[in-house]
Parts: sequence; C-alpha cells; structure tokens
Amino acid sequence: MTRHRGRGIASVNYPIGMNLGGDPSQALVHSNPSGKFTVALSSIDLGQGMKSVTRQICAETLGVPVEDVYVDTADSDTGPHCMGSFASRGTHRVGNAVMAAAREARGVMMEAAAEELEVNAADLETDGRGNIHVKGAPHRSISTKDVAIAAQFKQGKTISGRGIFLVPLSDVNPETGEMSPATCYAHACLVAEVEVDDETGEVAMIRMDSAYELGRALNPRLVEQQLVGGAWMGVSHALYETPEPYYPDPKHGPRDFVEYLMPGPGDICPHDIAVLERPAPDGPFGAKGPGEMCANPVLPAIANAVFNAVGVRIDDLPITPEKVLRAIKAQGGARPQARR
Amino acid sequence: MSKIPLQFRHNGREVAIFVDGGTNLLVALRELIGDMTPKFGCGQGGCGACSVLIDGALHLSCLTLAETVAGRSVETLDGIKQGPQLHPLQRAFMENFAAQCGYCTPGMLMAAKALLDRNPQPSRAEVVEAISGNICRCTGYEPIINAVLAAASGGRASA
Repeated sequence: MTRHRGRGIASVNYPIGMNLGGDPSQALVHSNPSGKFTVALSSIDLGQGMKSVTRQICAETLGVPVEDVYVDTADSDTGPHCMGSFASRGTHRVGNAVMAAAREARGVMMEAAAEELEVNAADLETDGRGNIHVKGAPHRSISTKDVAIAAQFKQGKTISGRGIFLVPLSDVNPETGEMSPATCYAHACLVAEVEVDDETGEVAMIRMDSAYELGRALNPRLVEQQLVGGAWMGVSHALYETPEPYYPDPKHGPRDFVEYLMPGPGDICPHDIAVLERPAPDGPFGAKGPGEMCANPVLPAIANAVFNAVGVRIDDLPITPEKVLRAIKAQGGARPQARR
Repeated sequence: MSKIPLQFRHNGREVAIFVDGGTNLLVALRELIGDMTPKFGCGQGGCGACSVLIDGALHLSCLTLAETVAGRSVETLDGIKQGPQLHPLQRAFMENFAAQCGYCTPGMLMAAKALLDRNPQPSRAEVVEAISGNICRCTGYEPIINAVLAAASGGRASA
C-alpha cells in the first residue's frame, strides 16, 4: 500500500451574468422620515452576502453611513423585478441597479437639502456621516434626517430613486457565430495537491493554492469567505457528492444527510488564496463577482492531481475510491507521473 | 392520546408544557416554547443543526424524546448571551466571518460551547472533532474552526 502525492492545476475564465433577454435587475431606494434608507429588491441573499454588498453600494452612492441603509429582500411578488441569484450576477447586475437607484435618490435628497439651506444643490456635498453641507463651508450643514423630515412634512417630496441594469441583447453574427454573452469576465487559477491511496482508492486533499481576479472586492472578508467555502463545494463535487446510485440500482442511492457524502470539518486542508483586483469598467465600483467561479477550477484541478499522483484519468464525477481503484487495476498498478 | 405534563429548565427558566407522547425535544422547544434557535435540518441526527445542551452535555434535540428532559436543564443558543452581551463564541464567530447562510450556526455554537466548557484550551484537532457531527453546507468549516480557537485563546470562552 502506498500513498501517492499528486498536483494538478486548472484555470477559469468566468462570465459574470448572462445575456439571455438582457439579464435585467431592478432596485428601488427610498428614505423614511427618520433619514434612513430602504433598498427594495427581489434578489435573494442565500448566504453569499448580497444584502451586505448592496447595502454598501447604496450607502456609498448616497453618501450616508452604511448603518443608515436597510436592504429589504422580503417579497419577490411585491418587490422590483430581478432575474435571480445565479450566474455570479448578484454583485454586478443588482449592484448596478442599486447604484442607479441610489444616484437618483441622492439627487432628490440634495435638492431637498438645497431648499432647506437656501443654496444651489450643485454646491452641496455629503460627509458620509449623515450630514449634507455646503462645499467648503461645513458649518452650513443639515442632517439627512432633517432633510428627510423636511421632504416628507414640508416640501411634499419622496426622497426615492429607481434603478435598473440591463445589458443590450447581444445578437449572433450570422457569418461568424460570434456574440458577446457577457460584459465582463472574472478569472481564477487553482493548484490542488492530493494524496491517493492505491490500496483503498481514496483521494485526500493535502492543500490548495489559488488566485482569483474578480474586479474590485467590495467586501474583502465576504469575498474570502465565499472563496474558502466555495472551494470546498468544488472539492465536494469532485470527490463526494452524487445523487446517482453506486450499485446496483437507484434504490441504493443516497437519500439524506446521513447517506449523502459531503466533506466534514475533518476533511478540510489548508487553502491559500490570493485575490487580485482589476476593476471592471461596467461594474459597481469596479466589482465583478466571485460567485460560482470559486468552485469551478477545483474540479479539473483535482482530476489532474489524481492523474499526476497515480496516472489514471477519471472523467466522470465524483472521483470515488471505486473508480480510482478500478482504473488503477485496469492499467496494472499506480503510475505516478512526473512531479509538477 | 392524552398529553403528558413536562417540566424542565429552559435557559435557566423553569417551564411547564404539555406534550404528546413521542414528541421530540426540538419540536417541544420550537413549537411549544417558541425558542427557534435550535434548527430543524434533517430530523434524523445527521446534521447537528438542532444541537442543544442537556445538563451541560451536547445532545441532538431531534433525537431526544421531550419527556426525557423532565427535571433537567436544557440550554439553547437563545440562552448563551448574557443580557445584551454576546457570548465570546458568538463574538468570535462574528469577527471571523464564521457564518454564511447561518443555518448551521446555532448547532455549531452549541457544539463549540460544549467543548470549551469542558476543555477551555482545545487543540485544532479537538475543535475539528467537537464539530464533526455538524454539517455546514456552505462548507465554511475553516472560519468556524478558527473562530472557536480564537474564542478559546481569548480566555473568556466559558460562561
């Protein structure tokens, strides 16, 4: 029995969003008389952090503290339309819509403040701490709360904004078949190191090293968290998870958390991540999105690492001990490849 | 079927409820007492989302008959903070970004608390073992392990 080490590499060029029907998302932003803002979205945060990121985008665009913004994703029946949380599109598409809505709301807020301070709106700026003042004269100031109260009770204005992000539909060139399915791409490269036991066929993760280029990381800790967890979804897809039966028929397939294989805390290996930021021209504050890409390069990198370790090419996921053992047997034993 | 009277301590408070025979502790906590912090994940002891402490020991509330906690002390995530102060483990989870969707978090915190209560300075391997009955479907084990170790090294973990 020998445990063979192997290393594999994979790179990804990942489109952000898609361009079927323009891939639109809408956002609505409005203030309450308390001077706090609500962002209404139908987009779903399922743990990826979209509420946090759209909150930051709205606060930054309005020029108010992030604490003063609340993101409401309560109801897709009554909220503004969103295509959905998929295709790594949330930060880019929804973020752009929120930015547009916040920009419009900011315009109304500045007009309302200008009326209160009896100045031209173009001469006003926000301090990011909840105040609006005359440029160069910070003492000529009014709080966003007082502006909101004045707008609501005196001026009869709603401090609100509408935003949509829609990519022009890309036509296919009939001559070349060429089209532009996405407006920006994120990139990643991942090296996986594994250990393959040639007696049991088990593949154990030893370490991962990766680099991700995903535009500006609007919330670096959330990006890191998504890359850490997402990589393990990739590992899980590569080595463990399948709803398909092993044998002899579907009745023997996994039915629940007890039988369905997933990585546990004991399977985790070190993962070193480098995040490279090259802002996207059409992204909100330059952001693209880590999204699905965090799991994608892991699968081919592991398949390549298994080949590097024992010389067998498994092209059917997941790479189970049984498949590895059968392949090793078929070629008459493990054939470690040159160490890369 | 007649109901069974049941009395136990829930996060330090004496509670008295009536349960049907065969009711599990998770259902009793969530539906009869209204403590929604233990989560229903799989209902068969496979995921750890429903973990609670019974007399200080970690248990899966979905596999525990409610009747068996009569006269005992049940602690859930709802009871680990002290007034407005987060428990050091909660704070460490927050600071280490140890929650993504958050569904496993209550169970993880209870498993971690059970560990730190009996072993305030665990090794990494001991932390891994302590949470090995808990599934994180976002696969964020790394920050969770780091958070438990951070809470332990903060030296204030056990309350």
